[in-house]
Amino acid sequence: MTELLPPIGMLAELTHRCPLQCPYCSNPTELLKANRELDTETWAWLFRQAADLGVLQVHLSGGEPTLRRDLEQLVSGLAGRGVYTNLITAGVGIAEGRIEALAEAGLDHLQLSFQGARPTTTELVSNHAGSHEKKLETARRARAAGLPLTVNAPIHRHNIEEVPAFIELALSLGAERLEIANVQYAGWALVNRDALMPDRATVERQAEIVEEARERLTGILNIDFVTPDYFATYPKPCMGGWARDAFMVAPDGTVLPCHAAASIPQLTFEKFGDRTLAEIWRDSPAFNAFRGTDWMQAPCRSCERREIDWGGCRCQAMAIAGDAAATDPACAKSPLHARMAKLIEEAQASAAGHDRAEPFVYRRIGAMARLRELVE
Amino acid sequence: MTVAFTPPPSPATLPRARALVSPHSIPALPRHVRIQYDPVRQADAVLAPEKVFWPNDISLDILRRCDGSATVSQIVAGLAAEYDAPEADVAADVETFLQEWSDKLLVKL
Repeated sequence: MTELLPPIGMLAELTHRCPLQCPYCSNPTELLKANRELDTETWAWLFRQAADLGVLQVHLSGGEPTLRRDLEQLVSGLAGRGVYTNLITAGVGIAEGRIEALAEAGLDHLQLSFQGARPTTTELVSNHAGSHEKKLETARRARAAGLPLTVNAPIHRHNIEEVPAFIELALSLGAERLEIANVQYAGWALVNRDALMPDRATVERQAEIVEEARERLTGILNIDFVTPDYFATYPKPCMGGWARDAFMVAPDGTVLPCHAAASIPQLTFEKFGDRTLAEIWRDSPAFNAFRGTDWMQAPCRSCERREIDWGGCRCQAMAIAGDAAATDPACAKSPLHARMAKLIEEAQASAAGHDRAEPFVYRRIGAMARLRELVE
Repeated sequence: MTVAFTPPPSPATLPRARALVSPHSIPALPRHVRIQYDPVRQADAVLAPEKVFWPNDISLDILRRCDGSATVSQIVAGLAAEYDAPEADVAADVETFLQEWSDKLLVKL
């Protein structure tokens, strides 16, 4: 049995409400309405327990976290405990004065998403008119308030050619950091996989561009590259290993090992309030299901990389192998690895044959129910 | 809706060239990086965007002296005295360390 360590990081999805409708959103396809969200007191209580448990960084996310009117209060509570706070925002519809108030409350860092490096792309992907300009304004306000800035660029077929423009954008906004994050195919992105999957030649060119920029911009801009799983040789150590040093909390207080974990049907999850965070971290069967290496099958079980990539992503194993305990098919050692290349090809063929008014199933409450009706 | 005009970030906050460490550099931790004692693990952590570092005692000693007023040569002299080590050796280690941390934007020079 692997030694149980305290968690370092926590992702708090404060709400599923969001003005944007990005088709690769990492929220579950069944979105929770506002009336299911934890109240201020409960979040504050949860954050105190997280700090006691050893959490050093909290990522405040959503949906759009600034839709929570109590965000300043929550940030202030975390800052009072010395927890490093990172706001993950779409940067759209943030009232004047709020960025400044968040900085005042002790916010450490702001991560701002851009769906495109160009206004038309941002609007197409987010399905929100004027979103690009609003994001630029949020970036300016954040810098003026003295907040360090990360630009987050989720990459897929419809914006992969804009990678050089994303780098220029991050530089022009005074960002310290840029995340070139190839979309991970879980949740909404899995629904839209065929429409989002880039082709191999473009992915390879992207990797070269990022590599060159990293070299050229050393000491000027940090570029983190989230590589595309479907084109990989080895899988990512998803969440740094299942329930190893991080977890996430859904808007209703459900505590999960990662944001897509609900896609694994045999797991059941516990809610904060029914049990303490410490109890859930230690005892929850969902957390212990894939913790450490004891659960692994061949080829992971005897692999020399088993404590490097921890079997990869459980949700991807579920989605592609149909077994959450299988080796992530992104791994070249997986017997199902060839399926990844096939899915890439199928996506190209499917996208070429499609002529829909909307290129995506946009993320909105009830979208999946409507889609199911259409299919039936 | 009227959008308030805010000036672009000043050149001081927007490094256009990689900073290179010299004995005259005055290093400091940027706002988004802080050293914090963690009572749960009983160790000092360096907290930065999306990252937590656990530097060893010597690295922590260097970082604590990056206070925005001491020069690299003053930091080196202080450490050489504390560790009773030749200044030239300490200087080489400190400069390598600070260049690496500056390249990751974890230290301002």
